[in-house]
Amino acid sequence: MKKSLKVIFMALVLTFIYAPVLILAVYSFTSATQIGAIRAFSLKNYVTLFTTEELRNMIIGTLILALVSAVLSTILGTIGAIGSFYSKRGMNSFIGTANQIPVVNADVVTGFSICILLVIVLGVDKESYLPLLIGHMTLCAPFVYLSVIPKLKQMDPSIYEAALDLGATPFTALFKVVIPQIYSGILSGFSLAITLSLDDYFIATYTKPATFDTISTYVVNATKGAQTRIKTALWALSTVIFLVVVLIVIISNLRAMKAENVERRGVA
Amino acid sequence: MHKFSFSRKQLAIPYAIYLLCFVVAPLIVLIYYAFTNSNGEFTVSHLITFFSDPNTLGTLWYSLAVAIVTTLVCLLLAYPTAYILAKSNISGKSALLMVFIMPMWINFSLRITALKEILSLLEGNLAYYPFLNAVIGMTYDFLPFMILPIFNTISKLDDSLIEASRDLGADEFQAFLKVTLPLSIPGIISGVAMVFLPAMTNYVVLDMLYNSTYIMGSLIGSYFAAYDWHGGSMIALILLVLICVFTLLTRGGEEEGAGRGGVLL
Repeated sequence: MKKSLKVIFMALVLTFIYAPVLILAVYSFTSATQIGAIRAFSLKNYVTLFTTEELRNMIIGTLILALVSAVLSTILGTIGAIGSFYSKRGMNSFIGTANQIPVVNADVVTGFSICILLVIVLGVDKESYLPLLIGHMTLCAPFVYLSVIPKLKQMDPSIYEAALDLGATPFTALFKVVIPQIYSGILSGFSLAITLSLDDYFIATYTKPATFDTISTYVVNATKGAQTRIKTALWALSTVIFLVVVLIVIISNLRAMKAENVERRGVA
Repeated sequence: MHKFSFSRKQLAIPYAIYLLCFVVAPLIVLIYYAFTNSNGEFTVSHLITFFSDPNTLGTLWYSLAVAIVTTLVCLLLAYPTAYILAKSNISGKSALLMVFIMPMWINFSLRITALKEILSLLEGNLAYYPFLNAVIGMTYDFLPFMILPIFNTISKLDDSLIEASRDLGADEFQAFLKVTLPLSIPGIISGVAMVFLPAMTNYVVLDMLYNSTYIMGSLIGSYFAAYDWHGGSMIALILLVLICVFTLLTRGGEEEGAGRGGVLL
């Protein structure tokens, strides 16, 4: 393949990926209410975003939900992974199989089925946030489980035995020996859980309280005819989130590069 | 006296109970609801309705069409991208890959909002091109999920195989067709698995693009809005069967079914 052809192709794909978000970012700094209209520079969208209580509550609510469900699913998924790793075959394969269901299932089906069981059959009030929390934990915990299991498999089992021989109780050995060795898996499971919860629309729609909105459910409803003021404030939100993501990616890349350099120097 | 002693395998119990209550039980309830009416009597009428109503059957075919075309478009964009990235000699390859997959961490509803604004500008009235917009929206949303597994597979390929084929007289194109492409099939399969099912079910993408056409997911949404739990359960069950069949077919993919996780990690 010609080199120029490659460059053109990559540039086209990048344009497709980034043009909408970047154009929206530019327009978020103007007073335009429509893409294509040329208006003067303005920060009013950002003022609206950070001063409108409805928007602020929705953003904070989404973050709290993501944090709480990620913490709970990390605990649940990690304990489950350790337990099933050391269990007999029957238990191990039950957990492994059931864990796979929410992973491959469509979120629409997961959300709908949890809603049917909890809200319709058992009569749990959606306003209690319990269905929403359980829904998000069911979405996230399996991914924590999947990111912890490989770390357990890589672990040297004799270290745990050695800790027991040296007088540690199984409980201490678990915390002092097993957990530190699978820590990176727990951490990536946790960040995966945060991402999944932040991006979820379907499970939230079917299980959330009527008055509560996550960013996804709020934005989806807003596209069905919200006020222009809110619509353009969401452009600002999109820009803020884009910048946060760029920042996180840059920081984690720099960290990874640093770690790589240290490793290389260590080898040399 | 029996003393409680802690052992590691007891840790499996809470998660096993959780999975039983909130993964297995909801599916059992779903099956029960799909085959009963509002009086709790057994019925197959929801199943018969689905397969005899031209509207719902049409929705099934339409969403299959959207999913197949979206998957193909994603593949056509993602394979060359992943191939060029994986084969490039530049040092910051992983950083460059990051640039291509970074959008997937931005909330999808905000990304689709951005896309909607651009499409409205280009097309005028979005309602005129429902199928095209469905495919563009889904491709925009799912493209990174296709790029990443293909990139991973190609960059792990053993270059000496390609060199061997060249030594044996294959030209560049033949080497690609007979060596690189067959060896990257596991990556393609996991990419397809990550795009095809969401493209059949993620109806919000369509909703947000002012699309009045229905895919399978939309049916669940409309039954939900009408408080018809039994009809909705049947659609969910049919989707579940499709997902099972599809998962079995694509099990040969890389990442051993880690699915979204494998890509996001």
